[in-house]
Amino acid sequence: MRKPRKKVYATCGCNTISLGTGRKEFHPKKPRPGLEYYIQDAGKSVIAQINDPENIDEGIIANFMAARFNKQGNLAALIPTIHPSLEYKPHTRVEGACGSGGLGLLTSIKSVASEISDVVLTIGVEVQNTYKAIYGADILGGAGHYLSQRKNGHAYFFPGQFSDRAGACYEKFGYEYMRKGMASWYKQAVENARRNPKAQEYHNTAEDLFALGMTPPNPKAFVDHLNVYDCSKVSDGASALIFASEDGLKKIGVDKKDAIEVVGFGTAVADVTKLPEDLTIMSTTKKAVQKAYEMSGLGPEDIGVLELHDCFTIGGLLALEATGFVKYGEASAYVQEGKTNLNSEISTNATGGLIGFGHYTGGTGVRQAVDCVHQLTEKAGDCQVKINTDKPYALMISMGGNDRTVTAMIFKRAD
Amino acid sequence: MNFDQRLQNVSVLGAAGKMGSGIALLLAAEMAKAKNLPENEGTKYRLNLIDVNDDALDGLWVYLKAQLTKIGEKTTIILRNLYKDREDLVENFDIIPQFVDDAFSVIRVNTDLNMAKDSKVVFEAVIENKDLKVDLLKKLDNLCAKDTIYLTNTSSIPIHILNEEANLDGRIIGFHFYNPPVVQRLAELISCEKTIPELKEFSSELAKRLRKVIVSANDIAGFIGNGHFLRDGLFAISEAKKLAKDFSLPGGIYIMDKISRDLLVRPMGIFQLIDYVGVDVYQCISDTVDSYIEGENLKEELLKRMVDKKVLGGQRADGSQKDGFLKYEKGRPAGVYDIDKGEYKIFDPDGWTGELDKKIGDYPQGFYPWRKLLMDPKKNEKLSEFFKNLKAKDTLGAKLALAYLRNSKQIGQRLVDSKVANSADDVNKVLLNGFYHLYGPINNYI
Repeated sequence: MRKPRKKVYATCGCNTISLGTGRKEFHPKKPRPGLEYYIQDAGKSVIAQINDPENIDEGIIANFMAARFNKQGNLAALIPTIHPSLEYKPHTRVEGACGSGGLGLLTSIKSVASEISDVVLTIGVEVQNTYKAIYGADILGGAGHYLSQRKNGHAYFFPGQFSDRAGACYEKFGYEYMRKGMASWYKQAVENARRNPKAQEYHNTAEDLFALGMTPPNPKAFVDHLNVYDCSKVSDGASALIFASEDGLKKIGVDKKDAIEVVGFGTAVADVTKLPEDLTIMSTTKKAVQKAYEMSGLGPEDIGVLELHDCFTIGGLLALEATGFVKYGEASAYVQEGKTNLNSEISTNATGGLIGFGHYTGGTGVRQAVDCVHQLTEKAGDCQVKINTDKPYALMISMGGNDRTVTAMIFKRAD
Repeated sequence: MNFDQRLQNVSVLGAAGKMGSGIALLLAAEMAKAKNLPENEGTKYRLNLIDVNDDALDGLWVYLKAQLTKIGEKTTIILRNLYKDREDLVENFDIIPQFVDDAFSVIRVNTDLNMAKDSKVVFEAVIENKDLKVDLLKKLDNLCAKDTIYLTNTSSIPIHILNEEANLDGRIIGFHFYNPPVVQRLAELISCEKTIPELKEFSSELAKRLRKVIVSANDIAGFIGNGHFLRDGLFAISEAKKLAKDFSLPGGIYIMDKISRDLLVRPMGIFQLIDYVGVDVYQCISDTVDSYIEGENLKEELLKRMVDKKVLGGQRADGSQKDGFLKYEKGRPAGVYDIDKGEYKIFDPDGWTGELDKKIGDYPQGFYPWRKLLMDPKKNEKLSEFFKNLKAKDTLGAKLALAYLRNSKQIGQRLVDSKVANSADDVNKVLLNGFYHLYGPINNYI
């Protein structure tokens, strides 16, 4: 993809809380808000930050599996429930499994870059506590290839897929070495989430997080090479923000200093009917990031804020390698040394990431972009990363399936 | 006849009851799995569920469906392997309901005892009444083949009495599940002197397949579990009566329930546990054991008064707790029955229960509720520290709790001395696995 000829900005971000086990207000047997609530809650919070919702030209909604989780299709038609002024405007739903959010961002950017719209409302949502985890695993399994993979897959299909990746890494780099890195990742994720009142692990008070992270996997109860702490949880939530042209920002009355600029992006999609060639490498992520680096002329050394798609701890480590921050096989050591902690070498997943903040699958990519807006405009509260002038860029990766549908985005504060 | 042959035709008597339905559930799940093994292709499996209460059998159906689904959800990893050759079953959404269907396909439900005639194994889980049990066992022995074996779920009647009176020549064993059988990991196994070896082997294998922890108890009324529970409860009642002089009987019951839960770090207070079991069931255990044990009074007039007033506790079909010694709101104690007035005295933290809490006094340092310690890897150290602090306290609560701990230990020790249990370890195992205590009664804390 070519770099847009005109600048595209993102602004007015909002995340709902990530609701699920771990949150004090969550009770599996009590009624909970549904899809409509989250879409409206996130959407209205965005609208509250602009002068007039009439100025929104179109809406993009990213979602993975509402058709199964909530028995609801036609999600684009829920956007007008946010505000009457959105009625009869063009809205589109996009889907790319857990990478839906990334595709939502891409679609919004395309629309602004093509000058079809000046102001796009982008929403990402998933409400998945409607089913017990054992059935949710089936629904999320749709991110793999149903026909060729589901029958022989694990009861917990995606944990099974990433368990295979972890197993391959144990074999190649050693069990202890990898597990320590994964446990360190878990520890960091929860510690960051404890600073974020909207995070699913915000209420987590466990004393020894590293020890929990080191819990040996139990194949009888779960998958072969992961424990439950290695996995992001089941979450309900939504995120929303605005993508706009320069004119668009003026129209909605948002000052540039409150916006960030899209400086590069890349999307790579791999064949879902195939399994990864090398389980120890995230090759599609690597491709998507390369494209974003090329479009922006930047590299890892320019990035100060990093948002990785850590649906599993092992995924976080492999993404760290795929994005070029460390060499192949070195992510575990890097994380163990604390170099991904807040305000260390590369602040990674400052609000908790998928493991700490939560993972409302189809909405996660949008959530990451919202966090990039907050970080770069220095509105991230207790999770704020110190933005240094030599590393003013944020990079985010949104991934669907087993490294199949990946979008990378690079932002900087608008000037 | 080997284990798998016996498992092909099983009957459960009293199948709609609390224990019977749980046993039926575990067997149905096991038989559904056996039926799907390649080596058992074409083998017919039958689980006959018999109960005199036709209406309750309706409820049994609902219970089994919900619980089999839960078992399917918890064992999906195993089930996916079991159904690996069924190409039509792809998702967990397909596999779990298929397992439930397979379990139902082996089940036959009726009020007619004749259904059991082809059974190789009969589980008896009718109410705790010796004469009824003997009568049924005799009828079954006439109906079934002479090599049919009988597993009784009695929690208190000596097995040799049932064997002799029903003339079973040792084809009976005590297989005492704990309530609810699907959750509780413990099964007490009680052989009488005449119990045939094959029955012991069958029972051990069954326990293994159902993933139950087995403790062998000797054939003395009450065995280990109820031997402890009965005396533990009677002690609490006697203490409550003593406290009644100063605090009224509801006050005494409140205090004993609270200290037995909190300061003994147990999952429930003792009166809540009696309510959970059922006041009438508890009284029945008390009468039964009392009739077989000499030199010890194990009867309690308060129980009879409660039962006469039809204040019985126990659970509703949906599992919720009925009122007994205590009144329950959302499953939590919210009042105490005042037997003289025939009504519940509602807890009032700003009034009478608040006053009693002050009398009980502060909890010692290091106190954690049972739930907090349940999964704590350092629970033994924490308990040790807590009980040390408890001993140093001079409050009413601490004194009562220490006396209660001491009594519980004595009961445990007596079960070993009187050869009900083979070891202190067995007593502790029963309380840990059957009652979910965090520590055994025979311990060094006291």
